[in-house]
Amino acid sequence: MIINGVSIDETFAEAFPMKATRAIITAQNEKWAMISAQAMTGFATSVIACGCEAGIERVLDPSETPDGRPGVSVLIFAMGGKGLAKQLETRAGQCVLTSPTSALFAGIDEGLQIPLGKNLRYFGDGFQIAKKIAGKRYWRVPVMDGEFLTEATTGRVDAVGGGNFLVLAESQPQALAACEAAIIEMKKMPNVIMPFPGGVVRSGSKVGSKYPALGASTNDAFCPTLKGITKTDLSPEIESVMEIVIDGLTKEDIDKAMRVGIQAVCDLGAANGIKRISAGNYGGKLGPFHFHLQEIMA
Amino acid sequence: MSALTFTVKQATAQRVDMSPLTCQLLKGLSIAEIAAIELQNGKRKLRVDALFDISGSDTQIIFIKNSFDKLDFIAKDLQEGSVTIEGDAGAYLAMGMESGSVMVNGNVGLYAACEMKNGLLTVNGNAGDFLGAALPGNKKGMKGGTIIIKGNVGQRAGDHMRRGTLLIEGNAGDYCGSRMVAGTIAVMGSTGRFLGYAMQRGTLLLWQQPTLSATFNDCGSHTLAFLPILFKSFAKLDSKFADATQAFDRVQRFGGDMAEKGRAEVLVKL
Repeated sequence: MIINGVSIDETFAEAFPMKATRAIITAQNEKWAMISAQAMTGFATSVIACGCEAGIERVLDPSETPDGRPGVSVLIFAMGGKGLAKQLETRAGQCVLTSPTSALFAGIDEGLQIPLGKNLRYFGDGFQIAKKIAGKRYWRVPVMDGEFLTEATTGRVDAVGGGNFLVLAESQPQALAACEAAIIEMKKMPNVIMPFPGGVVRSGSKVGSKYPALGASTNDAFCPTLKGITKTDLSPEIESVMEIVIDGLTKEDIDKAMRVGIQAVCDLGAANGIKRISAGNYGGKLGPFHFHLQEIMA
Repeated sequence: MSALTFTVKQATAQRVDMSPLTCQLLKGLSIAEIAAIELQNGKRKLRVDALFDISGSDTQIIFIKNSFDKLDFIAKDLQEGSVTIEGDAGAYLAMGMESGSVMVNGNVGLYAACEMKNGLLTVNGNAGDFLGAALPGNKKGMKGGTIIIKGNVGQRAGDHMRRGTLLIEGNAGDYCGSRMVAGTIAVMGSTGRFLGYAMQRGTLLLWQQPTLSATFNDCGSHTLAFLPILFKSFAKLDSKFADATQAFDRVQRFGGDMAEKGRAEVLVKL
């Protein structure tokens, strides 16, 4: 398959099951809601070392938020329920509770309920106040700028992590420009995040390493500087490869995000140095979710 | 099926225990069986068909017409359906109600919605003392649900209230929110003496400046984020509380009762 001069590999991205939740952060204005959301989703690029993968889903209009203030929705993914609950609570406590004028609400009502502000309330040292409104439990925790309002719990759902595609280009600036174009379009899609810095990862990994202590190491088949000395997957004109990783609440959400992302890359086309789209998989051994590039772009 | 309607033939001199006539207890009974139910009337028993003309058959929608203030325990422990009362209701209306809705187009007596657990009670009139309270000797009053009173309420509204929402469009008598454990009482009209007496936790939300006892301390004026959410939850109610122009988020906060736990609050609209 070739789109606008870009070859779409007959391969698939391999993804795995995760647990996920959504939180809604509001504040006095969008600036402070975003600051809080950025703090909460910081250092959350990969479960390999961050404990979770998190990102900003989108900015919310005041009409969309529970308290009628500007807001930001964030998605958090982890490999297991316990890990997700721990990360959510830690990040909510250190990044949202602490953030001026913030309030924190559940972004998913269904599913197993996990603590959001349920335990943060103890920060109130006995002065905290519970309010059950329209079937939902809230905590009002007195803080120095007024009150921190938080919903007690949020819903945990089954999700999919690790959807991805690789952009192979003739130069590093061209690879990055294509990925930036893809991220702009993908950020418009609901229920997905691209957890790496700016949505783009330049250090894709393979499973295993020559060093026994490491479970993953650089994906040498796609490293352009190793073309002559390893079993490369790159043709001579490829000088840079970048990857976009997608976590989504469902496989269909990732399907849609990959489609608009790959399309944006292909719109730049061969004329802008984009030669191929590929994907990371591990022979089907890593996860049950397979995203076949040519099927997605058909 | 049309609503099961009980129309009072003639008011009795003695009080009537209406607790057998709830949606869940009448479910599956024929009209003849319902007519044969005996109600306690003072010290004697009274057949339902001796007190009421009965029409309709849908036991999930009950109407009581020509109701008078000696019909006690209407909708007691109601678990489903709706009960609509045309006229006044006696004491213990919707006592221990668990679900469903009750509407009264008249006034209600003592202990309305006492120890109510859930559901919706709307009174298009006044309510007597101990609205949403605990029964004498008990420690927990209303535990959930919503009460809307479009008129005034008597003394001790929300006494020992544990959870839920009590919305009073008119005035509240003395000791409103007394010994309250938690929950929310909102009063658009005036409030009487000893507001929040021995209140432990919970919120009294007021539209008018109250006379507070010395054991409630001024915590200053604040914009509270939970208030817009609270008012938004009232939006679908048939009440002045649903009117967006009545909503506010800026209040004077008083903490108390300092003679008790002191974790309760009186929020007065600014």
